[in-house]
Amino acid sequence: MYVTLNPGKRKVVERVILWILILSSTIAILTTIGIVLSLLFESLRFFRAVPIGDFLFGLQWSPQTAIRSDQVGASGSFGAIPLLAGTALISFIAMSVAAPLGLFAAIYLAEYASKRMRSLVKPALEILAGIPTVVYGFLAALIVAPLLRGGGEQMGFEVSSESALAAGLVMGVMIIPIVSSLSDDIIRAVPQSLREGALGLGSTRAEMIKKVVLPAALPGIVSSMLLAASRAIGETMIVVMAAGLAANLTLNPLQAVTTVTVQIVTLLTGDQEFDSPKTLSAFALGLLLFCVTLILNVIALRVVKKFREQYD
Amino acid sequence: MTKPFFDPAQLKKRHRAERRFRLYGQLAIGLALTFLLLIFASLIPRGYGAFQQTEIKLDIVFDAGVIGDGGPQADYQKLARTALRKIFPTVSGRKQKRKLYQLISDGAGYQLNNLVKADAGVIGTTRSLWVLASDDVDMYAKGNVGKDLEEGDRILQDIQIDWIETLQKSGQMEARFNSRFFTLGDSREPELAGIFGAMTGSFFTLLVCFGLSFPLGVLAAIYLQEFARKGWFSDFIEININNLAAVPSIVFGLLGLAIFLNFLGLPRSAPLVGGIVLALMTLPTIIIASRAALKSVPPSIREAALALGASPMQGVFHHVLPSAMPGIMTGSIIGMAQALGESAPLLMIGMVAFIVDIPADFIDPATALPVQIFIWADSPERAFVEKTAAGILVLLAFLVVMNLSAILLRRKFERRW
Repeated sequence: MYVTLNPGKRKVVERVILWILILSSTIAILTTIGIVLSLLFESLRFFRAVPIGDFLFGLQWSPQTAIRSDQVGASGSFGAIPLLAGTALISFIAMSVAAPLGLFAAIYLAEYASKRMRSLVKPALEILAGIPTVVYGFLAALIVAPLLRGGGEQMGFEVSSESALAAGLVMGVMIIPIVSSLSDDIIRAVPQSLREGALGLGSTRAEMIKKVVLPAALPGIVSSMLLAASRAIGETMIVVMAAGLAANLTLNPLQAVTTVTVQIVTLLTGDQEFDSPKTLSAFALGLLLFCVTLILNVIALRVVKKFREQYD
Repeated sequence: MTKPFFDPAQLKKRHRAERRFRLYGQLAIGLALTFLLLIFASLIPRGYGAFQQTEIKLDIVFDAGVIGDGGPQADYQKLARTALRKIFPTVSGRKQKRKLYQLISDGAGYQLNNLVKADAGVIGTTRSLWVLASDDVDMYAKGNVGKDLEEGDRILQDIQIDWIETLQKSGQMEARFNSRFFTLGDSREPELAGIFGAMTGSFFTLLVCFGLSFPLGVLAAIYLQEFARKGWFSDFIEININNLAAVPSIVFGLLGLAIFLNFLGLPRSAPLVGGIVLALMTLPTIIIASRAALKSVPPSIREAALALGASPMQGVFHHVLPSAMPGIMTGSIIGMAQALGESAPLLMIGMVAFIVDIPADFIDPATALPVQIFIWADSPERAFVEKTAAGILVLLAFLVVMNLSAILLRRKFERRW
């Protein structure tokens, strides 16, 4: 069956299969091109109506355009700053939950935990990342937010029912495993000789970790944080369900803020006319989101690669 | 050096710091695991209730004078109302009667209609049947809304609560297994809303997703792992794959909206488009997992095949790929589980519409499990909270099954070389 009498024919078949393989692997490139083109194309149409400077630096976001289509110049204002601020606020809250918890969990798992404990705890933590985001959204909107509101009222704070805090806290829990998993891998990749050197010089394990292992693993840890932050920035369902719609420019985590992803969803669900700046602005927001997360990812992947080359 | 090299006080301090440091780690893990437990602890009791539904036992007279010969337009609801009136003969006056009728769901009429449709012989007879109570009654019977509010702030008035209690005492009202939840599509009435429509939608979507991403992903992985020469082209593909894996899911939704709906004109809300978009999203996962699986097959397998005269393609497809299959399948199942839980891109391509009918093929308007959960979570009725949590339990059950099968597959077929 393996013997082919006609070697020329066999070569042709091999060639054809090889090209099929190559074509399949170009899908990834095509997808990237598709994303960039579709976002860019619609965004350019948007920037024809709204100057790019107004979009990037405007302080007012109210995409509701004129009620009658013949009203000229009554278009809403498309300043993205309140959305970026809201996204940053919620992501910051999420990171202040996930960064310490994830990092300490990773340190413990990599340096202290027994093999058995590791094999139980690590998958358990990863369940957190496997739970669909819509579930976290439900928890944030219907359980955490009312709790915060009730708690805040008792302490005399005015807490919005769509507070940034509720969405941020829940999102933080979701991204714990992103920090812990990658940090754990990186910490374990630090060569054993460094540890033995530190212990041999009389340091305690904590000192060894703090003064030798962590500095050595720092690039990897930073990139795990960047990846987690990029995930938080792009996260959609939690904020759609638990954060607000009103674009408030505030740093108060007890108030409602809105995010880039929330606005994309609200602008594009329901009826849409494809020529209004209102709909097109969603693509400009998408482009912004894509660029920010891409930069974070590229930096993170670069740093990890450098780190691995250093020790491998 | 005057300072002693070894200072016991100093050492004690250092050991305390060591213990503290260790404790932080334990606390972090403990907290994270507590969150995990809390998530399940808060979902299960909330969702469990939706698997049961309050029903009322009525002696229904299928009166030909009311429903005629049993056409679909007949007033079946009236049969249930009459039967309910017989239990409470003292109720009189329009207002009171209306309040009494509010106890039964509009679904009761459909229920009776279906019964007649299945067997016209019931017309003229009297049957003792369990019919659906309304969602407000259901919430009260389950204790989700209490009596402690002022009467004016409650949906159910005191007199209705009295009726409910009478029915409960006489055994004519009880919570029964809610099979509708697993067999019906969505509805505006919480007591009639089911998850089957969304499950079917998810099934079609995942089928498309798997049908595209699995072959493409495996073929791409074979090329990158087995045939690609190291160079700018393979580097470029690799960078693309790694970046795609980290692109926010909503951006894939924008891609689907701009290219598949607006440019190619594919139908909105269709599982076909949803599946394509999710396939592009899961492709990186499958490629990365497949490459790892192919990489773990030792070179001796390839060399043996080549030495016996197999062509490079034969070597890979007949020998390396089968050995790597368990790993590839595991990665693919995990990718599918991710796709099943994904909702943001589906919102963008219109799979968020209110759809009552069960989708029958790939281009019927449909929604998906997580999107259904999102729709219910947004609904104002109290009874939908329970449905939402129950929907989440169903979704999580599917995910657990998929992930467990991935783990078992790996355990059973994984070979150590």
